[in-house]
Amino acid sequence: MGLFDLFRARPKNTAALATERLRIIVLQERAASGRPDYLPMLRRELLEVIRKYVNVDPDAIDIHVTREGEGEVLELSVALPEKPSAPPAAVASDEA
Amino acid sequence: MNDPKPSIDEASDGPAPASNPATEDTPLAEVIVVTSGKGGVGKTTTSASLAMGLAKRGKKVAVIDFDVGLRNLDLIMGCERRVVYDFVNVIQGECTLKQALIKDKRIDTLFVLAASQTRDKDALTKEGVERVLKELGDDGFDIVICDSPAGIEKGAALAMYFADRAVVVVNPEVSSVRDSDRILGLLSSKTRRAEQGGAGVEQHLLLTRYNPERVANGDMMGVNDVKEILGLEVIGVVPESEGVLTASNSGVPVILDEASAAGQAYADAVARLCGETLPMRFTQAQKKGFLSRMFGG
Repeated sequence: MGLFDLFRARPKNTAALATERLRIIVLQERAASGRPDYLPMLRRELLEVIRKYVNVDPDAIDIHVTREGEGEVLELSVALPEKPSAPPAAVASDEA
Repeated sequence: MNDPKPSIDEASDGPAPASNPATEDTPLAEVIVVTSGKGGVGKTTTSASLAMGLAKRGKKVAVIDFDVGLRNLDLIMGCERRVVYDFVNVIQGECTLKQALIKDKRIDTLFVLAASQTRDKDALTKEGVERVLKELGDDGFDIVICDSPAGIEKGAALAMYFADRAVVVVNPEVSSVRDSDRILGLLSSKTRRAEQGGAGVEQHLLLTRYNPERVANGDMMGVNDVKEILGLEVIGVVPESEGVLTASNSGVPVILDEASAAGQAYADAVARLCGETLPMRFTQAQKKGFLSRMFGG
């Protein structure tokens, strides 16, 4: 506290940050509300299986359900890391 | 998604929403739920002021506290010492609706139905609520305001279930905005109007605790940000105002404090609810002079 506070840069436009964060989460939650209940579970289990072989980030899996004509299409995309690291260690550390 | 032109005025001269064939022959009161998801954003303050404002415009209005166990609307309306019977008593058949309605001392077309302070929230039932709303319509009420509790549990679900319109109270703050979106989702799925298909519940946003100076500084989301995130029109912006606390201290809905910015903002919101088009006030930061900026104030 004191004189130097006057010169310290104030945190930049946090309102814009809030707007951006909300825009993303609201969109995500709206999309989720129309989807089948099992998707989060499916996502978790798929992640576990994939992680036995490749060390991917928790958010590397993208699941979309889209409507095409009569039926629905489950679309799954996994972003692989650029250089694969040792997977078994990753599995072990996740379970710990 | 919503019809931007509200039409409360129809309610005053007879049957309003024609979407309920079961009770077509009786005039229905228009049901407006005031809800938010998050607590402490100003639902009860808003319910009290909207009810008072609509009653002052000549509507016969009942305002119901759905927050069973945490009754507060009576305090904000200033009728806490006159509560004898409550909403749950009526639903359980322990008294008549007439006995439980508390007539406002200032406007004689305004009535309060208090929440029960003692019962658990399971005391409310969908059938019971429907019966009370129908009886209010039969008694010539134009508008029923349902003051929802926070959360998405039974009380909140029942407060919104029979709504024709919803006023979603939101603070320009991340958790409130997110919760409001959740509530908007429920309004378009878990209400009678949603289940019937058709137009659904007409939804409006009302921003409270708005601080134009902080918006100008980039510390607070602005009206347009909130509007854009939630994809809804804004029916009112109530600035953070000393008037709100002093009004609740004295049991006077803040809309009656015509000198306060909040009171005027609520009066504008009521006018817009009635279909009038007004420019939005209190959303621009006041220009501060050099001296007041130096010394505060």
